[in-house]
Amino acid sequence: MLLIKDLHAYYGRAHILHGVSLEASAGEVVALLGRNGAGKSTMMKTIMGLVSAAKGEVTFDGRRIERLQPYRIARLGLGYVPEDRRIFTELSVMENLAVGLQPPRKDAPSWTEDKLFALFPNLANMRERPGGRMSGGEQQMLTIARTLMGNPRCVLLDEPSEGLAPIIVEQMARSIHALKGEGLCVLLSEQNLHFSQAVADRAYIIEKGQIRFGGSMAELTADAALREQYLSV
Amino acid sequence: MTFASIIIQLLNGLAAAASLFLVSAGLSLIFGVTRIVNFAHGSLYMLGLYGAYSLIQALGRTPVGFWTSVVLAALAVGLVGVLIEVLVLRRIYRAPELFQLLATFAVVLVIKDIALFTWGAEDLVGPRAPGLSMAIEILGRRIPAYDLLLIAIGPVVLLAMWLLLTRTRWGALVRAATQDREMVGALGVDQAKLFTSVFFVGSVLAGLGGALQIPREPANLELDLSVIADAFVVTVVGGLGSIGGAFLAAVLIGVAKAFCIGVGTVNWFGAEIVFSKLTLVVEFLIMAIVLVVRPFGLLGKPQAAQRLAADPAPPLTVPSWTFVLVGLVLLLAVPIAADRYVTILLTDIFCFALFAISLHFIMGPAGMVSFGHAAYFGLGAYAAGLLLKRGGLPMEAALVLAPLVAGAFAVVYGWFCVRLSGVYLAMLTLAFAQISWSIVFQWDSFTGGSNGVFGVWPSAWLAGKTAYYYLALAFCGAGIALLWRVLFSPFGFALRAGRDSPLRAEAIGIDLRAYQWMAFVLVGALAGLAGAVYAFSKGSISPSAISIAQSTDGLIMVLLGGVETLTGPLAGAAIFTWLRDEVARRTEFWRAVMGVVILAIVLLFPQGLIGGLKALTQRWREARA
Repeated sequence: MLLIKDLHAYYGRAHILHGVSLEASAGEVVALLGRNGAGKSTMMKTIMGLVSAAKGEVTFDGRRIERLQPYRIARLGLGYVPEDRRIFTELSVMENLAVGLQPPRKDAPSWTEDKLFALFPNLANMRERPGGRMSGGEQQMLTIARTLMGNPRCVLLDEPSEGLAPIIVEQMARSIHALKGEGLCVLLSEQNLHFSQAVADRAYIIEKGQIRFGGSMAELTADAALREQYLSV
Repeated sequence: MTFASIIIQLLNGLAAAASLFLVSAGLSLIFGVTRIVNFAHGSLYMLGLYGAYSLIQALGRTPVGFWTSVVLAALAVGLVGVLIEVLVLRRIYRAPELFQLLATFAVVLVIKDIALFTWGAEDLVGPRAPGLSMAIEILGRRIPAYDLLLIAIGPVVLLAMWLLLTRTRWGALVRAATQDREMVGALGVDQAKLFTSVFFVGSVLAGLGGALQIPREPANLELDLSVIADAFVVTVVGGLGSIGGAFLAAVLIGVAKAFCIGVGTVNWFGAEIVFSKLTLVVEFLIMAIVLVVRPFGLLGKPQAAQRLAADPAPPLTVPSWTFVLVGLVLLLAVPIAADRYVTILLTDIFCFALFAISLHFIMGPAGMVSFGHAAYFGLGAYAAGLLLKRGGLPMEAALVLAPLVAGAFAVVYGWFCVRLSGVYLAMLTLAFAQISWSIVFQWDSFTGGSNGVFGVWPSAWLAGKTAYYYLALAFCGAGIALLWRVLFSPFGFALRAGRDSPLRAEAIGIDLRAYQWMAFVLVGALAGLAGAVYAFSKGSISPSAISIAQSTDGLIMVLLGGVETLTGPLAGAAIFTWLRDEVARRTEFWRAVMGVVILAIVLLFPQGLIGGLKALTQRWREARA
């Protein structure tokens, strides 16, 4: 569903992504692992068109998207959940969800506010609360729910477990399983190997803007040397 | 003052506040979402007023004709706003903010001349509102019924805006985009459409504000800048992006102005205070006080740090010695080789070059954008003229002392200004410039009022155009050299550090505010020098030397040349002054021509002329390498 070939990207003059290739299919959860500054977030932003791709191809559902504006990419059914959540702090939970609203899609699960409140029960009790007065975990749920309002076929989750209490992380893992169950394609970036092992089918390791490993989660779990080299802090 | 007259002034103020609120609410809305300070917003108000005038003539002076005209004029102005957004601003959303500002200046020029072409230079007095031309007696005084209607319209529009912003998805999108427009885009919202719709709504409000004034004030060509200044004040006093704040501020300022007129002349402890003359100043005084006490306005919040796509400013490079020397030699040779006209034009250019370079110093490297830099230019000019004519000083002494006077004003104004940053700072500088202008304009007995000061000629040995040319070259050249030198001193580095990262600069022990204050005083004095040299070259001074138009001219010079280079403002000043002179001699509509030229440059070279040339040569070099 999502196919990336030889992707290069820059921040100003700094060359961040050096020819990254990866893929993710429908009904699959893929983890992009790497340390701080490895290029995970840039990867997500470049796929979404928020950072322009200097070179390379991004194909979504057979369609080249690397030159499209972010809103066009979102309308094709690619959802983006940013690392720093970027909740609209002045807007209530319901209004935040309204901003994400897109028409239903034939080939993707349709989400309503009620269905999302079933997935994230905490949000159901604070419909009118301004986004700025929510805890980090609640905001993380809201940012995912907001993206799901666009009825995406594939979601990019940038470090969904970052900075969350363990109990919320567990809840997050259950939610990601639910998304997979709905047939979505999920590409998540993570530093938390444990969390990734709980949710992902396959994994890539990125370091200095290059892919160092790509394979099943089981392979990565079996290879202690690999984890030591690229993921230990 | 009796109770009745207090109530009457209150009602007068509230009626005046209605239009002020409408135009400010539109400005605030547009700024919130697009982060564009739309200088053309006053022009839209002006178009609303002219449009309503013409439509009423076509549709007849009946109640139906009147109100249809008002609504149609507002909607038509909305479409003009859409046109501006689609044709100009949409192409430069990714350009630096200041460049967008330059584009809106250009639009001001174009609209002014379109209005001049369509409606002529005479003021047009509109009809009273049919069916509402009677007056209603309140507490023994007669109040026009139309004023009472205006008083009601303000809160009605406020309520409508509030409902629109809080009860519709469009409103949620607008508020979301005000905080983080990139994220709104990543959620599938087409920014271009949202921005266009916001421009439409904002422009309709400006147009409506203008159209509703047709029974109260004549349509005239000066409205664009005077209204935008008022709207800035209201927006900033109320808090940028806060519609309720804009309403509160509009009422506060409308009422304060009405009271100044109502109170008239008062004798306090033997001193005669003419309150009615304060009307021009009072709103700026309110703004200065509010900004010092509440830096983000009455109901405003600290501005969210916007995620900007623009790169940080590149390091400055020192102009090469060969460039400077060749330039100097050529300029020294001009009076020998060229005619009198060129000599006079170049003398003008020297003054404006120093003016532009001093503005560039404060807005570029020091990072403090000034919308009111003409204050120092004009105060320097007036100081020179008044020291000569009223102080009886010799011209040489007046020329040397004038910059000190301008600098002294900068000490006072700067103390307030450095407490703010960003748009708020820019608006406060505008406020101080307007205060200076109002005082100069109204103090007939001392400054000559609207006539200005005459007979400000240099001493005999400098009276020749050639001699004065060399004097202007020497003084302005020395001023520019000083400013450039300072930029590469530790003081200059500290200013740039403060611009790029205020927190880190303070963390390494730089007293940023003190440095910025000093920078303010330095550029104020040198802009004053430019003004003094200019005054003696012309022989007279008028209040226009302090006007908003003079300030925007300076901004255009700097932005045209490019704010990121040292030589840019120099080129900008030269090209602007020369072009204005050339075009103004050929057509009455020189503003429109200038506006179109500026727009063309903005759309073709989003980094300014010199910045654009640099980028081109760099690309050429890279292509060769």
